Amino acid sequence: MTQNILRKEEKAIFDLRELYETHGYKKYKMSKFEEYDLYADNRSFLAEGNIITFNDTHGKLLALKPDVTLSIVKNAASGERIKEYYNENVYRAIDGEYREIMQVGLECIGEADLYSTCEVIMLAKKSLECISKDYILDLSNAAFVGGLFENRSIPYDVREDLLTCVAGKNPHDLARICRENGIDDAICTKLTTISETYGKVEDVIAALRPLAENDTMTSALDELEAIYNFMTAVGEGENLRLDFSLINDISYYDGIIFRGYIDGVARGVLSGGRYDKLLDKMGKHTGAIGFAIYMNTLDLYFEDKNDYDVDILITYDDTADLAALTRTVKMLTGGGRSVRVQKSGDGSLKCREYFRFGERGLEIETT
Amino acid sequence: MKLKRLNIALPKGRLGEKVYEMLENLGYGCPGLTDGSRKLIFEDDGGITRYFWVKPSDVDIYVERGAADIGVVGRDILLEHNPDVYELLDLGFGKCRMCVAGMAGYEPNPNRTLRVATKFANIARSYYASKGREIEIIKLSGSIELAPILGMSDVIVDIVETGSTLKENNLEVKETVCDISARLIVNKAAYRFKNEEVRGLVEKINAIYSNKVN
Repeated sequence: MTQNILRKEEKAIFDLRELYETHGYKKYKMSKFEEYDLYADNRSFLAEGNIITFNDTHGKLLALKPDVTLSIVKNAASGERIKEYYNENVYRAIDGEYREIMQVGLECIGEADLYSTCEVIMLAKKSLECISKDYILDLSNAAFVGGLFENRSIPYDVREDLLTCVAGKNPHDLARICRENGIDDAICTKLTTISETYGKVEDVIAALRPLAENDTMTSALDELEAIYNFMTAVGEGENLRLDFSLINDISYYDGIIFRGYIDGVARGVLSGGRYDKLLDKMGKHTGAIGFAIYMNTLDLYFEDKNDYDVDILITYDDTADLAALTRTVKMLTGGGRSVRVQKSGDGSLKCREYFRFGERGLEIETT
Repeated sequence: MKLKRLNIALPKGRLGEKVYEMLENLGYGCPGLTDGSRKLIFEDDGGITRYFWVKPSDVDIYVERGAADIGVVGRDILLEHNPDVYELLDLGFGKCRMCVAGMAGYEPNPNRTLRVATKFANIARSYYASKGREIEIIKLSGSIELAPILGMSDVIVDIVETGSTLKENNLEVKETVCDISARLIVNKAAYRFKNEEVRGLVEKINAIYSNKVN
C-alpha cells in the first residue's frame, strides 16, 4: 500500500536517502535564505541563472538559496571532515522566470583521496541506478585539456572560445578560431581529437595517451585510470564512459568531473566533481568532491501514468444511513482499495467503480 | 544489436530539402517526405529514421529538448539561441554572412547610442559589446531593411546572401559580423544512448566531404 501511494519521484528520493545514509552520510538541513554576500563573493562558482534577492527587515540584502554546496562549505569548520547529503529546493531566475528546483546532492569534504573519490563516483552511479537501469555516467578530468594550454601564450578569451568548441564537440569552429588566431595546427588537431573521442574508459585513455605532452596531462590520465581500475575491481565498471569534452561549465568543478544521463531524458540529470578551488577560496585548504541531481529534469520521466484517480467513488443522498455508509467505506478501504465519498459526482473524477449509497444501501451505478 | 531509430528535424524550405537529398543518397531515405503532403511526421519502413519538418528557427529547440536526436540549423540560430547541444558538423550548405548594413554613404554619429534594427538581438548585442559600443536594439521580425531607410535605425544586423536586396534599397554592407552556414546538431543524451547511430551518420557525411576535397 505504502509503495502505491508514493509517487515514483518520492520513491526515488527515499531510495537515494537510504543509499546515502547506509554509507554514513548525514542529512544536511538548511534555511531558505542566505546573505547575498556569500554568492556575490563566489559568483564564478554558481551555475546558470540569476539569484533571487530581497531585503530583510533591517534592509540587509538576502538571497533565496540558489545552491546548497556553497552553504555546506561555508559552514564547514576548517579541518572538519564532512559527509553530508541534502534534498532541498533551490531558487533561481532563469530566462526571466523565477524557478523552484529540487536538488538532491551529496558532498564529501576534508578527504579526497582515491577511496573517497571512488566512493562518491560509485554513489553517483548507484543514484542513477535508483532512477533507471538505462543510464550512463561520463567521467572527465578538466586538468587534461587544461594541461594542453600550459606554457602556451594563448590569450584568455581565445582559450575560452576554444574550450566552448571542445565542450560543443565542434571541430569546424575550433579550426576557424585556431586559424584566425595563428594557433599552430598541432594544438588544433589535439583539441579536435580530445573533443571527439568518446567511449569506454579504457579505450579513450589508450587513444588519448599519445596526446599527453606534459606531467599535468599524464597525471590527469593516470588519475582517471586509477579510478577506473578501482571501480572495475569492485564490480562498478559498467556504464562508465570517458568524455573530455566535459569541461567545467559549472566552474566550481576542477579536476575530476562527472555527468550522468538517463535514457529518455534529454539533458544531463546529475553533475558532479572535485571542487578544491572553492575550499581554497574560502580559506579551507582541503579536498572536496560531490554531486547534485537535478530532480526538475526528471519531472516528465517520473510522471505517473495513473488511469484512475480513485478505485471506488460513492455518492450518497439525504436518505442514506451515514453510519452504514461509514461501515461500508471501512470495509472497502480495509481491503486495500481507495474510496472517495461525496454527495454528488461531477463526472470529472476517473474511478474504476462507481456506487450510489441510498435508502437501500449500496447500489451499483450502471450509467 | 539492432540500431535505434534516429529522429531528425529538418528546416522547412530549400536548405532542408538539400540536406534531405544528401541524407537520401547516404541511405537515410524516407518515402513520402518530399511529396509536399501535409503530414508532419515521416517514418521509413526499415526503422532507421523518422523525419519532421519544422520552422528553421525552431530546429535547435526540438533537438535541445530531445524531441529530435539530430537537426540541421543555420549558425545564425545557434549563435542567437545558444542551445545546449553538440554541433558536430559544418555541412557547408546555405552559406551567407551576418552583416552590419546601413544606408550607402551614411556614417552614424559615434557620440550617441547606435540604434540597431535586427531579428538577431543577442548576436547584435554581443558583437557591439565586444567593440565596446553602446547600442539600442530595435527588435523586428521581418523587412529589417526598412528601418534605416525610414530613419528608425542607424544600421541593421542581418543575414546577407547576395546583397541584391541591400543594393536595390540603396543600402550597403558596413561590417561582417561572422560567416554563416548549416550545421548538424545532436542532442546530448542522444549522442550517448544512440552513439552508434549518430556516429554512423556523421562518418558517412564526413566521407562525402573528404571525397570532395580529394
